[in-house]
Amino acid sequence: MAGYVPDWTLQRKGSTDQARHQQKIKEALKQQLPDLITEDSIVTANGDRVVRVPIRNLEEYRFRFNPWQADRPAQDQGELKPGDVLGQIPGPTPRGPGQGPGSPGEMPGIDYIEANVSLDDISDLLFEELGLPYLKPKVQSILPQPAFKFRDISKRGLMGNLDKRRSLKENLLRHARQGQPGLGQWNPDDLRFKTWVETTVEDNNAVVIAMRDISGSMGDFKKQTARTFAFWMLRFLRSQYQSVDVVFIVHHTQAREVSQDEFFQLGESGGTKVSSAYELCWDVIQARYPPHRWNIYPMHFSDGDNWSDADNRRTVEYLEAMLPVVNVFGYAEIREGGYTSTLMSAFSKLRHPRFQTVTIGAKQDIYTALKKFFPRTEEG
Amino acid sequence: MDSRSYPTDQQIWDLAKSQGLDPFAVHCEVVPASVLYEFAAYLIPGRMSHWSYGKAYHAMKTRYDYGLNKLYEMVINADPAYAFLLDSNSDLENTFVRAHVMGHVDFFRHNVHFSQTQRDMLDVVSRHAERVRQYEFEFGKPEVEGLLDAALAIQEHVVPPNPPLTRRERMPAMLRQDPEWSQLWKPETSTRSYEIRPHDRGDRDVLRYIMTFSDQLDDWERDILGMVRDEMLYFWPQMRTKIMNEGWASYWHLRLMRQLHLNDADVVNYARLHASVTAPIPYQLNPYAMGYAIFRDLAERQGDDAIFLARSVDDDVSFIRNYLTESLVADLHLYLYGVDHDQIVVKTRHWEEVRNQLVTSLVHAGIPVIEVEDGDFHRRGELYLIHRHEGIDLDLPYAERTLQHVQTLWGRPVHLETQTGGRHLVLSYDGQTHTKATL
Repeated sequence: MAGYVPDWTLQRKGSTDQARHQQKIKEALKQQLPDLITEDSIVTANGDRVVRVPIRNLEEYRFRFNPWQADRPAQDQGELKPGDVLGQIPGPTPRGPGQGPGSPGEMPGIDYIEANVSLDDISDLLFEELGLPYLKPKVQSILPQPAFKFRDISKRGLMGNLDKRRSLKENLLRHARQGQPGLGQWNPDDLRFKTWVETTVEDNNAVVIAMRDISGSMGDFKKQTARTFAFWMLRFLRSQYQSVDVVFIVHHTQAREVSQDEFFQLGESGGTKVSSAYELCWDVIQARYPPHRWNIYPMHFSDGDNWSDADNRRTVEYLEAMLPVVNVFGYAEIREGGYTSTLMSAFSKLRHPRFQTVTIGAKQDIYTALKKFFPRTEEG
Repeated sequence: MDSRSYPTDQQIWDLAKSQGLDPFAVHCEVVPASVLYEFAAYLIPGRMSHWSYGKAYHAMKTRYDYGLNKLYEMVINADPAYAFLLDSNSDLENTFVRAHVMGHVDFFRHNVHFSQTQRDMLDVVSRHAERVRQYEFEFGKPEVEGLLDAALAIQEHVVPPNPPLTRRERMPAMLRQDPEWSQLWKPETSTRSYEIRPHDRGDRDVLRYIMTFSDQLDDWERDILGMVRDEMLYFWPQMRTKIMNEGWASYWHLRLMRQLHLNDADVVNYARLHASVTAPIPYQLNPYAMGYAIFRDLAERQGDDAIFLARSVDDDVSFIRNYLTESLVADLHLYLYGVDHDQIVVKTRHWEEVRNQLVTSLVHAGIPVIEVEDGDFHRRGELYLIHRHEGIDLDLPYAERTLQHVQTLWGRPVHLETQTGGRHLVLSYDGQTHTKATL
């Protein structure tokens, strides 16, 4: 073809509409977030686990025949005989992880939509909804440090920033596609360049003081909920701060500092004195985390069955002392019944913007609780 | 690579003419994979935007990137016809593809089912795209997208042989409306439905019916329904001649390639290409293989006149019914498979059963026949649709969700009568809740 050659790189309707489709998947996932974040296989995985989430809204519905009622004509090389079993019929409503036998991809007519969702995807979606209120610059963040981050790859760039590894791969791929395995002639299209952005690194730190009631009344559901909540809270704070310290405190009538594993596993019997935990918390702050240098997030999980009203009063006193220096103090009451605990009613008299309480009665409430503790605000 | 020369576009076109084909003029364009796959996802370049096309594009492009399948070309039914070829094809491959394209273009031109198609569809779809963009700007992207979601859900329910509507027919409401006079005796539009909606029966053009008689739709919405319908009418003949069209093109790419003076290596290469195009696909039918085998068989038995006649007057249903013989079913290794006690098993290789089932599956392009029974059902302007049941039930969960889309367009409660397991059933949706009633 001589003469005019159109510039096909300007053609991008496909990618625009593809992006819209991806966005719709994201929206659909967002609606399922309350369930997704409590998915055990996600929370307990090391981060590389992927769950398959069916997305109903994105099927292209139309009037169609029941896909398995009529026999289907097909073609082979003559090897199949009548009666040969080709597979199992896939379930009409696949749900969650773990598909039945047989791979639906090979059979025609089964086109439900599933998204593969990793921990990172869920984190991204969730953290978009969360914010860090009352974040104050702490003394330690003296000057923002400039930094360069190589975080994108493009087809054009300076030769000095050539990404040799990726370029080689493109070359191999292109030739493989043309049926010639191995490295071949270079084409400008193969080259990949690193591009960078300038960022500033804020030097700031946060500490989470996680407290958990391990008295006899805390059952399995409560343990699980505290664990899931703490998981997302830590993950969120770690995504926001350069470094996050965590202090784990458990308590029944007495409080003590424990390791992370102990924190999630311990289950003991005995009564409950919440003030013991708050006292230890206050000590830890004063001794190790001076408030002018640290962003402090104390978080307490309990079922609220405290020892006595006298202890409730002591607890509130400690709380009032701490509130001016912390970023957010969270109290999550995990209970399956519907009544209000004495501790919660003692707390309910306290009105302070940095004190947040929430009652978790079902798994899905974790999502609401996270949003309440870390509300997204204009400046957050 | 050797430096031998391959025929030009014009030479291949001349060759096709000399062999008896009569294609439109063909404009060939070589494009990169991303562009070819985009055209294939939208079925025609320049079409309006919708996420479902983006989804198709993503799926196709991903399969290509992983080397799972390769598209060699894409032809547009237009006068002159357009053919898009992949830039990574070798010269021999693109010669082969050009020969294949000649078959398609001849088919578009001479098969009677295409006689009503708009040959300027490339321009038409870009005008459509432009108008949709304008509506997005004027009325909002989410509104346009929601309407398209609904319109595309029922786009297949149009009546194919009709020539595309003229603009005048398409927007009856707008033209009928005389803003000054109508307000004198029609204080609210909602009362209007009472008087004018006829009790038509058996209208299969559900999309046109809704476009014309829904009192829920604004003019721009009617316009979009009209565009979706025009585009579907253009694609409908392609849906009902898939096997024939690919078969005809495959038959002719071989016949034309054999006329070229090629060296041995090229002959082996194009034979290999032909074999890969006509290779069986697991659990499916390969339309290239099937159509090619039938045309070749027919040519051998009855000569060129017979294949040219079939190319002109048949569609897939009549083509298979008339020309799929017992020996072809055996040669193509056709079989039926289906469900038996929760297992998918091979049912039979008996040629008549295979042929009959194949024909059944191709009737109405494999799409259920839905008719409008009443546009004023209950005397409350509700829409009553009937599925003309011919042995196979509808996918009920899908039907319910589709009914929601119909309701979006109609505005009042909608009903669909169908059969399931031998019982008559009416699915209804009133905008909030689904109900099911047995008749």
